[in-house]
Parts: sequence; structure tokens; C-alpha cells
Amino acid sequence: MNELTHVDEAAVSGQPKIAPAVEPKIVARKVQVFYGDNHAIKDVDVDIPANSVMSFIGPSGCGKSTFLRCLNRMNDTIDVCRVEGKIELDHEDIYDPKVDPVQLRAKVGMVFQKPNPFPKSIFENVAYGPRIHGLARNKTDMEEIVVTALQKAGLFAEVKDRLDAPGTGLSGGQQQRLCIARAIAVSPEVILMDEPCSALDPIATAKVEELIDELRENYTIVIVTHSMQQAARVSQRTAFFHLGLLVEEGPTDNIFTNPHDKRTQDYITGRFG
Amino acid sequence: MSLSVILLVLLALAVVGYVLGRSRALGSAGGDMQKLHSLPSYYGWNAALMVLIPSLLVLVVWLIVQPIVIHNQVASMISEASIEKSSLDLVMSDVKRVADGLDAAVEAGAMTADQASSIRTEFTDVRDRLGDVGVALGSDVNSETLRAAQRYREIASTGALLRLIVVVGFGLAGLAFAYMRSHRDFRARNVVERVVRWILLSAASIAILTTLGIVLSLIFNTIEFFRVYPAADFFFGLTWSPSFGGGSELGIVPLIWATLYISFIALSVAVPVGLFAAIYLSEYAGPHVRSFAKPMLEVLAGIPTIVYGLFALLTVGPLLVDAFGGGGLFGVDWMQGASSVLTAGFVMGIMLIPFVSSLSDDIINAVPQAMRDGSLGLGATHSETVKQVILPAALPGIVGAILLAASRAIGETMIVVLGAGAAARLSLNPLEAMTTVTAKIVSQLTGDADFASPEALVAFALGMTLFVVTLLLNIAALYIVRKYREQYE
Repeated sequence: MNELTHVDEAAVSGQPKIAPAVEPKIVARKVQVFYGDNHAIKDVDVDIPANSVMSFIGPSGCGKSTFLRCLNRMNDTIDVCRVEGKIELDHEDIYDPKVDPVQLRAKVGMVFQKPNPFPKSIFENVAYGPRIHGLARNKTDMEEIVVTALQKAGLFAEVKDRLDAPGTGLSGGQQQRLCIARAIAVSPEVILMDEPCSALDPIATAKVEELIDELRENYTIVIVTHSMQQAARVSQRTAFFHLGLLVEEGPTDNIFTNPHDKRTQDYITGRFG
Repeated sequence: MSLSVILLVLLALAVVGYVLGRSRALGSAGGDMQKLHSLPSYYGWNAALMVLIPSLLVLVVWLIVQPIVIHNQVASMISEASIEKSSLDLVMSDVKRVADGLDAAVEAGAMTADQASSIRTEFTDVRDRLGDVGVALGSDVNSETLRAAQRYREIASTGALLRLIVVVGFGLAGLAFAYMRSHRDFRARNVVERVVRWILLSAASIAILTTLGIVLSLIFNTIEFFRVYPAADFFFGLTWSPSFGGGSELGIVPLIWATLYISFIALSVAVPVGLFAAIYLSEYAGPHVRSFAKPMLEVLAGIPTIVYGLFALLTVGPLLVDAFGGGGLFGVDWMQGASSVLTAGFVMGIMLIPFVSSLSDDIINAVPQAMRDGSLGLGATHSETVKQVILPAALPGIVGAILLAASRAIGETMIVVLGAGAAARLSLNPLEAMTTVTAKIVSQLTGDADFASPEALVAFALGMTLFVVTLLLNIAALYIVRKYREQYE
């Protein structure tokens, strides 16, 4: 069912095959991305299993963020960007003309590199998504949604006394967890994270990583990271991108201990990148 | 020696200074640039600036002081009797004309320089002789005036000679001083940069001092006005009916009312249109449309306001009369002439569109892309993003833009003069002609106004009021814009 895991099968010959426990949430086949004339992503095939964390690693400019942005069609907002191939979410092609990208993004939430809370109160930041999508019937509903989202993001205890304070007044780590709470509040199935900790200090990073591990229970998470330690800590599967190609993909442990491809080996041992 | 010669001499000295300073510094380092403290050109500039700055400063002071000195010297020659007959100013202007006439006569060859300084009214008809060389005098020249004029010429020519010597002397002294200092250890770069900083500072202070001067001239005349007209009547009077024969009623209320009314109409045209245009240009328009439409919109800002005034008077006004006048489109008779508050307000609104749109466009563009991404990533549509994230984030800046537009509207004159009418009136009907503070300033000061009468002085009080109102609006706008900027940077 998963012909893409051939790499790790070969790499760990002799060990039992590690197959994803559940059916893949997202299936990408022959994905190509062009920025004008620049061929940014070439023939990427990948399966992203449900209820687990998958990390994309690779040197800067390798296309991992670009590919991530294909998964919720954020690339649509860039005029010169063109996507080919097939990406399926629960067996539905997300690039089908019938699919409304706005609805898709409610299902596939996103957390960005730099914390980007809106210049509104903490409460309003979280309530923004549910309000747009009409998720709350009344004020009590909305309060419940906001509190639940903040609790899941591990932020509620820190901000419960100042929900009316501006979100931009929080510390960097708190802001990023606010952005995660904001994404959770619309009840997505998948959460995409584009280097969520690159602007945070180590303590805030540890908190966000812990949070990612907890969220795995209910959400499918894809995270782009520059830190291989982070990939090793939080993800179950890892994909290595290089120059627009998906070089190698497999269980995180295998990628880091027993890489199959020379380029992966060079990258994780720090020889380039 | 004329001024331009002095300037040319100074310029030549500066060039010489540049070359000398540069070469002496290079020489002191044995021709090796590495051993100099500064680049060779800095030594040159140091010398050139040392020539120019002190001498030009002396020249400026001299130009201010010399006429005063001459005036005092010559004025002492005029007898009490002639001053009583007319006034000292008139006599002095006669003296100056005769002196200029003698200069012209000498230049044209009608007299020798000796003759010009020695002729006497007793023997020559000076008026005829000067008439021959094209200098017309209003009355016969009496001997006292002629002698004063000759004295005037004497002092002026001595002064000019002294001026040349002193100014060029300063230039030479500066040159020598700079030349002595041009040594390889001299920190020419630091000196030149300090001088440049002073030049920049003085340019900045000229702008500030001019503002101050304008305000002061307004204040003194305003105080003068309130001496002859009670302030309470001015600020609270409901009638504006100046008459130069006396007994004027100069109440500012109808003028302020019309000003605010027209500005309100202008803003209710400009703010929605300008804001929507800005949202379209910054959020929806592709790069091609944007590169075409933005300059087009800004062309509107470059049209002189008198042209807008003509547009109001000849196009918009008649159109409104066709609609609201007797026998018009709506069959009502609400509008008599083309001039009305609505005409002026509407056209002024059009004038303000690029003002609002251009500023708002910049402010909307300053909202970080991360805000848009964050909202779109939550499944918001583009329009929801604009309404709920971008506009609230940009709101303080937009309010600032609107306030700036409002202060433009309040101070606008030509559109009002042509489009709003001339009658001061307190009315709610926007189809009636009214007149504003600015239009009345124009009408009170044009023509043969006696500047001591309250009817003319009131213009300064009106201007002062306007100045205070727009100043407060601008301060509020700048405060809001600045506060907004702190949010992202």
C-alpha cells in the first residue's frame, strides 16, 4: 500500500518492515512546483501518515517549505507559482477545481516561522477562525472554543487573567503557542508548521516541541525544520529534501542512524547544508 | 564693484584654495597618500570652505547693514521743513531715485562722473537731463534732494569699494589660514564633515525660522485686529458683512460653518473613494494594473487647484443646477446658481482622492505579509482578511491620512472661491452658496485695502484661526501615524 517506503526497506534490510500504523492522511504523487521559470519541486512522491508527526529537513532553498505550502494551497496566493501533480487528502484531490482552497485551509491549518498574532486581543486572535467559519452559535460557545484551544496549546494557564490583552504583547514563545491555539481553534485535521521554533529561545522551543508531541494524538502534523535534533525529537517519520527532490523518506530513527542515500548521510553528518 | 564680481572673485579664490590646500597636504606627506590623515580632496575642500564661508557671511551682513548706514547718513541731511511737507520715507525714495538717475546718466554717457557729483540745481534742470537718459522723476528736484542724492552716491560707492576689500580680504585670510593648516597630520576630513553638518543644520533651521516668521507676522496683525475689533464679536458673531465705510459686522461663525460643511462633504467623497481605491490597488490589483493606475491617480494630485475650481464652476455646478434647479431633473427648485456648498465640496473631494488613496495605500502595504498569511492560513477569504485583519491593523494610519486630508480641505482656497460662492450665510442647505474663511481672506486683502482698518486686519485673524485649526489637525494626524508605526517596526 505504500510503495514509497522502499527506501527504508532497502536501508534496513534484515529488520522488520516499519509500516505506518494507519492509512496515510495525505498522499502526494509526482508533485512539481514552478516559480515562474524556476522548477522548485521536482517529482515529489510522499505519504504522510495520520496522527503522527512528519518532519521535512534539508538545506535552505531545497523546497521543503514550498512543498509544505502546497499541502494547504498557500502557494495559490503567489501569482507566479504553479503546482502540477496530485495531492490527496483523505483520497480527495485538493487541487481539484471543485475544492475551495479556503475550506481546505480550515481543514489543513498552518503555523508560520515567525509568530504572527494579529494586532488584536488574545481572545480575539483565537476567536478569529471560529468566527469566520461560524463554529460558535453564541458567546458561551465561543468562550468554550477559545479556552479549549488555549488549553490544548498549553497557554491557557499563562494568559487566563489577561485574555483581553493584545496578543502582540506576549513573549515570542507565547505568541507562537497563541498561533498554534489559533490554528487548533478551527478544528483542523492537519497542522502544517513552517520552522515554528526558528524565532524562539531554547526554553520556548522545548515547550512548543512538547506541545507538538501532545497534539499528535488528535492531529496529523507536518513540520519543516532546520534543526535535525528537533526532527529527531518530535517526528516519527522524516523526509530529506535536496535541490527540489525528495531524496529519502522513512522512519526518523532510520534516517538518522542508517541513511540510505549518500546525500542524506552528508547532510546529517554536517558535511554540507 | 558689483556683487557678481565679488562672487566670481570668491569662487576663483575657492578654486585656488582647493588646489593649493590639496597640493600642500600632499607635499607634506611626500606625495604618498597613505601618510595623509584624510584623502587629498578633503584638504582641498577644507581650504575652499575656509575661503567661502567667512567671506560670504561677512558679505551677507554687509549687504544688510550698508543700506541702513547710508539711510541714516543721508537722512540727517534732510531738513525738518521738507520732512514736514511730506514724510521722510517719501523724501528718501526721491533721493534714491535721483541717485539712481545720476548713475544711469553717467552710464549712458550723458554726464561725466565729475558732473554727476558737482551739478547744482541752480545751474541745471536736473529733471530734464535725467529725462533725456530715460529716468522719469515725478517733480522738480530741489537742491537739497540733489545734494542728498549726490552724498548718497558718494557713500554708496565708498561702501562698495570697502565691501570689496573687506570681503576679498576675508577670503584671502581664510585661504592663508587653511593653507597653513594643510599638513599631513591635520584632520581635514573631520573638519569638512563638521562644516557640512553645520550647512545642513542651517538649511533645516531656515525652514523652521520661516514658519516662525509667518506665525509671528500673523500674530502681530491679529493682535492689532483685536485692538480695533472685540474678540468676542469676532468669534461668536453670526453675521459677516464687512463694509469699508465702517460699521462692519465681522463674525467668523458663518465662515467657519461653511468651511467645515464643505470639508465634510469633500471628505465624505474622498474618504470612501480613496480608501476603496487604495484597498483595490494594494490588495487586488495585479502588478500591471498597479503600475498603470497608481501614477494615474497621482496625476490628480498634480492638477492645480484653480483648474479644479474651473471644473467646479463650469461643469459640476451647471450639472447640479440641471438636477436640482428650477425645471431640472428632479423638478425641484432648490438651487439658484452653479455655486454651492455641494459643488465646491464635491470637487474638493475629487481633489483629495489621491491624497487619501496614496497615503492609505502606503499604510496598507506596510501591514506585514505575515498578517495576511496568518489569516489566509486559517481559512479566511481574501476579503475577510482585508476587512478583519488588514484594515484594523492599518486603521490608525488611515485615520492619520484622513486628518491630513481634512487639513488640506480646510485650507483649500481656489476651489472655494470659484465653486462655493461669495455670500456668507448660515444655512443647512448644501445647495446654497456660502463662503469660507479662506475665500474671505482673499477678498479682504485684494483691492485697495487700508491696512489699518479692521476690515483688512480681520484677514489676519481669520488666517490665524485657520492656522491653529489645521495645526491641531496635523499634530493629531502625526501623533496617530507615529503611534501606528511603532506597532510593527
